[in-house]
Amino acid sequence: MQLRIDSGAIDEARRLAATIVEPISAFIGAHTTVAVERAVVRLLGVDGIDADGIPLANRVVDALADLPAGAACALAAGVAESGNSPQVLAENIAGGMSTAAWRATPREVRQRALAPYVGAALQTIRERRRERETLLQRFPQDPPPLLYVIVASGNIYEDRTAAVAAAEAGAQIIAVIRSTAQSLLDYVPFGATTEGFGGTYATQENFRIMRGALDAVSERLGRYVMLTNYASGLCMPEIATMAALERLDMLLNDSMYGILFRDINMKRTFVDQHFSRMLNAHAGIIINTGEDNYLTTADAVEQAPAVLASQFINEAFAHRAGMRDELIGLGDAYEIDPDLEDGFLFQIAQAQLARQCFPGSPLKYMPPTKHMTGDIFKGHLVDAMFNLTSVMTHQAIHLCGMLTEAIHTPFLGDRALAIANARYVMATARHFGDDIECKPGGKIETRAKDVLAAAVALLEGVAERGLMEAIEAKTFADVSRAPDGGRGFDGVIERSPDYWNPFEDALRGHPAEAA
Amino acid sequence: MPVRPYGDTLNDGAMQLSFTLPLEWSEAVDEAARRLVVKMGFTDVTVVEGRRIAANFSFFVVYARTPISVDVSTTAAVRPEHDTLDMDACDELIRRTVGRNVRVVGACIGTDAHTVGIDAILNMKGYKGDYGLERYKSFDVFNLGSQVAIEDIVAFVKERQIDAILVSQIVTQKGSDVANFTALSELLEAEDMREGVILIAGGPRVTNLLAAELGYDAGFGRGTLPSAVATFIARRMAERIPA
Repeated sequence: MQLRIDSGAIDEARRLAATIVEPISAFIGAHTTVAVERAVVRLLGVDGIDADGIPLANRVVDALADLPAGAACALAAGVAESGNSPQVLAENIAGGMSTAAWRATPREVRQRALAPYVGAALQTIRERRRERETLLQRFPQDPPPLLYVIVASGNIYEDRTAAVAAAEAGAQIIAVIRSTAQSLLDYVPFGATTEGFGGTYATQENFRIMRGALDAVSERLGRYVMLTNYASGLCMPEIATMAALERLDMLLNDSMYGILFRDINMKRTFVDQHFSRMLNAHAGIIINTGEDNYLTTADAVEQAPAVLASQFINEAFAHRAGMRDELIGLGDAYEIDPDLEDGFLFQIAQAQLARQCFPGSPLKYMPPTKHMTGDIFKGHLVDAMFNLTSVMTHQAIHLCGMLTEAIHTPFLGDRALAIANARYVMATARHFGDDIECKPGGKIETRAKDVLAAAVALLEGVAERGLMEAIEAKTFADVSRAPDGGRGFDGVIERSPDYWNPFEDALRGHPAEAA
Repeated sequence: MPVRPYGDTLNDGAMQLSFTLPLEWSEAVDEAARRLVVKMGFTDVTVVEGRRIAANFSFFVVYARTPISVDVSTTAAVRPEHDTLDMDACDELIRRTVGRNVRVVGACIGTDAHTVGIDAILNMKGYKGDYGLERYKSFDVFNLGSQVAIEDIVAFVKERQIDAILVSQIVTQKGSDVANFTALSELLEAEDMREGVILIAGGPRVTNLLAAELGYDAGFGRGTLPSAVATFIARRMAERIPA
């Protein structure tokens, strides 16, 4: 199935998105954030917490007098003067040692001081990436759409049981949903956790526990099972760091989600997002963007152009961070009201339009949630239509819809039923999309053209106004956010002329070579 | 008159059940599933589907009959209002009886970040073609969003002289919803503010009965339209401030 849509309009949308992102990139280049600096500190090998449970990365960044120069500058001076590792320095800082004596050192001295630590981190990330490549060759995945399920018990050990069971039932990607409060925490919790609300805390140890369990089950099943978490919220770059070190395969990471739906400051988000994506590019981690959120909070038919426009903007930001198309999992969702006549046709139009606009990207397709009710029988049927749309339009990452979506976090049996549903529909209709043609000028093609035209118009408006101003003017999701409002703004720091981030230097423009 | 569930004959008691057992599937486990349902008091128990869904987990679909009946005349469900006013009628009622705008604050409390429900009720757009409270002329609406601390709500209510508080909880894991709802009503009591406000709970698992137990004026569950909430607030305000 191929819709006859104007490739000129697609090019125009992409050009507009690049125009929109360009001035933001200038802002990003002139700023850092406490979260970016904490990520740098972690990459330099600092791990652990102090006696009060505060991560050492936070203690270091909070202690440094000259953050505009970057945490690496100060730590390099400390390493050069004392000969201690960044980890030992961090422990000393937590113990009350002053950093006032760490004077600025010449560039060559600090580069030499940190070179072993920078090199070790980059090498670990590259090794993790190679491990993934090797495992994917040894244990090939089933063809896409890759079946993605969520575990969310709050307890990492229960999650592990659920994840292994889901993998055995056919799941190819496991997402450990986070505790709902975590996006607004300005630190990353530490260690294995067994208490969470609506999800399980993302910690490096929890990542390790789940990765170990999924590696074991991958070997047993002979197919690689991927692991996903959330690089969103106030610790986005730190989560990206931990994910790169522990070989997560995907991360939810959107350029605007936190701004619109969590009221996180936009400048903070843009800067954090950029460094996170540079790391993702190097680690070979596929991002999943969050366009589904436009549809769960407003009418899906009306919001279709906003979804497409956001996909183009997410793509432009990701390209700027050095990500290649195959790592950019753009989001969409099956959220049209089931009572709407021909709603299925609109869903196909939107999904196929995204497929044709982003041919090299692994599209992430999210299931119906908003219109799911306690009628699990109808819900299971709506999920089947979603599964059909996904396989027809060659979506790549398929979040399985749960028949109990509106009722509770999935039971183990719910997940098995969801996977069985998807496997049935996708097998029975595997090549359906390749075998049919859409009626020229019919409802599907017309809808796709309309959505594309409206998305171009929307992007034109944003390009004219500027992205930050457009967000303030309620262009996306009917939410207004001020450039200096929201959470985390006080953690945005203008870089001084001697700012130094050795990882950014190593990764900038060379994600492919670095890989 | 007592009745039983209806399959195809009055009072045949036919029911469908499905569940998972943490056991590796075998014929013996099918029989264990059957026996479990017999132990629950069901008769004519048939395991129509039993299969392995993962290592050490089996899933069952069971049909069975229950000998137990229920008499609807002995049950009571409390609904906040029977008839809902439309937006204009609501505005008119408030204008006529209260004579000023009613000030409403809404939030998802505790750690809950899911604003779908509160937004459906408050946002201008509303839900299923039923306008949200922001659209009403007679309401001044403040939507505080997600993950709001109950102390912040109470401070806000004090500062802005709020008439009605709407709090939403979607996440219900480990009873967090009940704990958060209770904490708010208790804090309002402690601050001696409870009498002065209309306190409303919302969320997919909320019932009016639950809300009453937690010390709320009303609870609104799944599928609630904004006009139902608006009507409840308007009528309560009208009662409190007689014309």
